[in-house]
Formats: sequence, C-alpha cells, structure tokens
Amino acid sequence: MNFALSDEQEFLREAARGALSRHKTIEAARAALEDSGALPDLWPTAVEAGWPGLLIDEEQGGAGLGVFDAMLVAEECGRVLAAVPLLGLVPATAILGAAGDESRAATATGELRPAYVPGRPPSELEGGWTVEPRSGMARAEAPQASVEGDAVVLEGTVAFVPDAPGAGLLVAVGETEDGRAVAAAVPADAGGVSVEPEVRYDATHPLGHVAFDGARGRLLNVGAEALADAWYVAQALIAAESIGAVQTCLDMSVAYAKERFTFGRPIGSYQAIKHELTEILRRLENARGLEYYAGWARGSKPEEFPLAASAARSAAGRALDFATRAMINVHGGIGATWEHDAPLFFRRAQLARRLLGGTHDATDRVAEESLKAA
Amino acid sequence: MDLNDTPEQAEYREKVRGWLGEHAGEAPPRQGSYEDNAYIDARRGWQRKLAEAGLAGVSWPKEYGGQGLGPIEQVTVNQEISAAQVPGILDVIGIGMLGPCIIAHGSEEQKSRYLGPMLHGDEVWCQLFSEPAAGSDLAAIQTRARQNEDGSWTLNGQKVWTTNAQFASYGLLLARTDADVPKHKGLTMFIVPMDAEGVTVRGLRQISGEAEFNEVFFDDVHLDADAVVGGVGNGWGTALTVLMFERLTIGFGSENFGSPARLTATVARDAAARRDADVRQRLGEVLSELLAVRFNGYRALTMLQRGQIPGPEAGLAKVTMVNAAIAATDLGADIVGPDALSSESEWSYLISFLPGLKSAGGTEQILRNTVGERVLGLPPEPRLDKGIPFSELRAKEKEALTS
Repeated sequence: MNFALSDEQEFLREAARGALSRHKTIEAARAALEDSGALPDLWPTAVEAGWPGLLIDEEQGGAGLGVFDAMLVAEECGRVLAAVPLLGLVPATAILGAAGDESRAATATGELRPAYVPGRPPSELEGGWTVEPRSGMARAEAPQASVEGDAVVLEGTVAFVPDAPGAGLLVAVGETEDGRAVAAAVPADAGGVSVEPEVRYDATHPLGHVAFDGARGRLLNVGAEALADAWYVAQALIAAESIGAVQTCLDMSVAYAKERFTFGRPIGSYQAIKHELTEILRRLENARGLEYYAGWARGSKPEEFPLAASAARSAAGRALDFATRAMINVHGGIGATWEHDAPLFFRRAQLARRLLGGTHDATDRVAEESLKAA
Repeated sequence: MDLNDTPEQAEYREKVRGWLGEHAGEAPPRQGSYEDNAYIDARRGWQRKLAEAGLAGVSWPKEYGGQGLGPIEQVTVNQEISAAQVPGILDVIGIGMLGPCIIAHGSEEQKSRYLGPMLHGDEVWCQLFSEPAAGSDLAAIQTRARQNEDGSWTLNGQKVWTTNAQFASYGLLLARTDADVPKHKGLTMFIVPMDAEGVTVRGLRQISGEAEFNEVFFDDVHLDADAVVGGVGNGWGTALTVLMFERLTIGFGSENFGSPARLTATVARDAAARRDADVRQRLGEVLSELLAVRFNGYRALTMLQRGQIPGPEAGLAKVTMVNAAIAATDLGADIVGPDALSSESEWSYLISFLPGLKSAGGTEQILRNTVGERVLGLPPEPRLDKGIPFSELRAKEKEALTS
C-alpha cells in the first residue's frame, strides 16, 4: 500500500510552484479584467519547465510522464490563478500521443501549441457525442465529420473552447454520418476554421468559439475510447486546478481569521467561522483524495478513470464553490471589493463550474458510471 | 502509487487468508443479537480461535500474547476477515483500545492478570467514560471515587453509552478523585469488576427500539487500591491514550460504510429513478463522498505504514462518512417509498441508527472545533472552566441556572 505522491512528483510540484512564483499572476488576473494585454505570456515559462511535452514520449522530445503529473502542475496553476493553457494542451496531447501523430515533436519543444476541442462521450440519457452550446441547457451536436482517405472534413461549431485563441492546432472530435466518433487535427490557419476569442468573468481562462466550415484536417488514428479518455483528462485537470484554488482560499481565510478581532477576540475563535473553515478543509481533503484516485486510475486502472475523474471534478467543483463564497464571508465586506483577491477566486469558481458540461454533468457521470457497473 | 501489498505483506495476507479459508466453517454468523447469551458465547469461542491463530491483538507486543506486528498487518487481518464473511473479534473495544492503554499505563500485575483473558475472549471489557452530563466535554465527568483509610476506594455515579456492558467482565472507568483542583487534574482511571456489588447495568433503548448501549450505575462500589491504572490524578493522560487508539480502531476497513453498492443497485433496478436527473445528481454526489472516504483511507494507511499516527483530521473522515451514509439512506429509502420504513426493509436499520451515530465518538460540532484548532491552528473558543477547581465550577453552573 502506497497512496502518496512519489518523490519525483513532489519535486515536479515544487518546481512548478517555483516557476510560477516568478510571475505576479494574481495581480495579473485582476488587471486583465480591464486590459486583456495585462495577462503575462506564461507559455515561455511552460516551455522552459517542459510542460508542453509532459505526456509526450521521450523519443519525441517529451517527458514521457502521465496525466497525474500534469494534474499536479495544473493544481499549482490553480493555486495562483496562472493562465497556463494546460486545459487545452494536455487532453490534446493525450489524443495526439494515442494517435502517434507527427505534431508531437513540435509540441514538445513548444513550437506548436495544440488545443483540445472537447466532445462529450454518449451516456445512457444522451446517445450521441455532444459539445458545448452557446447558451442553454441543451447540448449541441458534435461537428459533422466526413472522412476522405486520411483527411477529415468538419462542419459545425463548438462554443467556449478553453485556450483556443492563439492555438496552432485544433484537436477536435467529430461524428460521422453513421454515428462514429473520429478525431481530426486541424491547423488553426486552415481554410474554413474560425476562432472567435471570448473572455467570461475570469480573464485567466481565455476561451474561443470554434467554427468549422468545411475545414480539412488530418484523420487521427484513434478509437472512440481515446476520445472519451481526453474528455475525462480535461475533467481531471479542471478538478486539479480547482483544488489548487481551494487551497489558497483556505490559507488566506485561515490567516485572516487569526488576525481579525471582533468583540475582543480573533474571529477564528468563533465556532461559526471555525466550522465554515473546517468545512473548506473537509471538502478540500475529499477532493484531493479523489484527485489522487483519478491520477492513479489513469495509469493503473484505466477502466475506472471515467468514474474517478468525474468524481474528482464533482467534489472539487463543489469545494471551490463553497470555498470562494466562504472566503468572501470570512473577510466580510472587504472580501467583496475589487481590490481584494477573494473575488478573483470567486470568478474562477463561477467559470469553472460551467465549463465542459459543468460540475453537474460530472456529478451525473459519477452516477452513470456506477449504474453501468451495477 | 501502488495499492498492492509489498511481497512481505502479500505473504502475510496469504497466511491469514489460508487460515481463515480452513476455519471459516467453524465461525458463528456475522450478525446476531447481543442480548442472546448463546450467540455471545459463540462469538467468545470464535475470538479464542482467532487469538490462538495470532489474528487477535495483532499489534500487541509479543510478551502480552500479541503478534508484535504493525497497524498495517492489523488492517490486513480486518480486510481478510471481512472478505471471508466471518465475524471478527467480539471485544473490539477491549483489544483495540483498552488493552493497549493497560499495556501503556498498567502495572505488571495488571498486565499479567487481565491481558490474557481479554485477548482470548474469556473476559470482555467495556469503556466507562461518557456520562449523561459529560460527552464532548469528557473531563466534566462527575462519577466520584473517594479513597478510604485503608487505601481502597468507594465509587458512586453513572455512566452511559456503554457498549457490551451487559456481558462485560471488567470496565475501564474514568472517575473524579479530587474535585478541588481544575477538572482535568482531579481524574483517575480504574479497573472495575462488572459483577461487583453496587454495579447495575440497564439497557438503553434507542430510536429503533433496540438496546445496543447500556447505562451503568455505581452505588458505593468498593474497589481495591490496586484497581488504579496509571496513577492517581493521571486519569486524563490515561484517557487520551484510549482516545488515540480509538482513532486507530475506527475509520479503517470502513470502505463499504454507507453501502454504495446497495444504493446503486436500488437506483439501477428502478427504471424511473435511473433516468431521473435529480436522483442521478444525489447519487453522483453521495458516491463521490463515499469514494473520497475510501481513497483518503488509503492515504491514511500509507501514513500509518510510514510510522505516522493519524491525527485529529481523521475526524473529518467521520463527518463525511456519517453524512454521506445519511444521504445515501435517504435516497435509497426515497426510491423505495414508505415500504423502506417497514422493519423488514434493508434500509430501516440505518434510518434509525444514523441520527445517533452523528454524535458517536464526539459530536460533529466538537470534531470541527478540534480540527479547526489542531489542524488549521485557529484560536480556541474562550473557556470559562480553565484553572477553576471543579467543585467551584459546578457551584457556578448551578448558580447560573437558578439566577
């Protein structure tokens, strides 16, 4: 029995923390709300640290590590709201790796930045592959795909794609007429591709509405399983990033509860405050246990990865919702002001709970996977 | 990360599994009434067999009849016993919590007199700590032991929530021996023979109507001078040892608490529930919580293996476990409907059992206080009892009630 991080993983995490600490990411998260140019370009930092190639084989110039390791980096990014495009990158490299695609070497060096255009695998309630809609509860159909030899032609749009603006390669999921899921690597500058940049409430997560209008890309030689895997990799990354953010909410709130006095005593001595803070800790620890489960399952028990990643996102998403509101409560009115850091984490929570199916969809998947196994 | 055993652990597990495979047929059923003497006798006999095979007191030192192994081996034994679908030891409280306390604080005479019969199930023990007016605030106990001129003691008072008292031979009892010092200081731990004159055990019926606990009354019970464990006035420190072992005893092997498989099966076979968005949300949330308990258990086990003792944060796992079990039971019963409340239903026992479990081993609120202070380092709630002699404190409480 060994259910702890390895020394290498601890080192990777510390190195990530060190690399990110050279940037004022939280200040930038605030400034970027009014001036999108204020967001520092963290891609060179990511490249220097070797993050683009985390999942890519060593012979292709990558680090040959696992999704678990990428999650640890994402957790550190979440801790300081660093705008590193991992959510677009990592699931994309998972698909490119499974396909043995030619773009891996250029990705590992940082020359090319791919972004994953997410497609959600079918469930008992919804038969086909779906993508994010522009608005509303109904899921949109995945882009239509026609396979022509080793090329795929895509038709359709996907809203709110993380890290799409500025990406060099779009790794998209499409559905053929006969209901087969296929993956295509579409250069972002190919004809018929448009990416409309969008920012929603949290400036550190650039989004894009991706439209394919007869866009032509390489057919990636992977099955539906690898495409479903990418969806759950993205879920696991959102979980990890959220966990990092919850940790900061807890640290900041505890520090404040120790130094702020009312009625002659520190507010952290009141049970009302103390219990709210221990509730953050409880949710954080539960989410972290599930984060480890997801990281471990991806490498050692892949058949449980959909359940583990969905459970991690569900618990982490609910933890982040609770923690960001609790942080504002504990700080009192000051916690709801522009100059305070609490609202920046609150903004993250508001966006995170609605991306890629949202927290509720991940919760539904926990039920789905469990019922499937019952 | 690796959830598998090391080669040495695997070898140990194989040995345990082998013995259980051979002897499972001799075991009594796992469930039975604790008010039925024949069943209790069968469980004593089974504990004796487990002890003789080295499967009881696994982490006790060898010199006291244990195996001198670590907590990991103890967990392995628990897992294999559960997998073999046989009952474990009868006296979990004695062997898991009270025996280790006697090993740590008892005299050589006490160790050689009591530990052997405890291990073999000949003498079952009970824990006499909580009182009607002292639960979360355990140091507020009022059961009084007064020393006689010949050095013996006279005991008066009442304990409550006492598991197994109806068939226990001995109890480990925390009593106040000096009311004129602050409350944590005037306490002493005693060994009490449950058949002593003046000891009365009464079953305490709970929501379900069954009596799983007891109240125990002490009226002028005479205790010899050598009944003291760990020294007069040292009762609080001795009690903390018991509570530390309690954390080790609870929480491990609780992987299936909340019965996730039963809940999932209930939803799966109800076509309407299975497609209901609200049911699926509730199911997804509760299963996530129960999975978190399971995998955080593995994290804690890893710490144990590295020689670290679980700290107060283990209390949060208990909070999650109980609340998730309540949510799971509510959901399962909602799907079944009023039939779930029939005593025949597989949900009815949990429905009645869980509300009380919220306070067992410390109320949820006191656990959150402890975690907030000891894990997060938050300042303590101001206390009105610090440094005040217990007798004065009681007088103040009475005054506050009458004013």
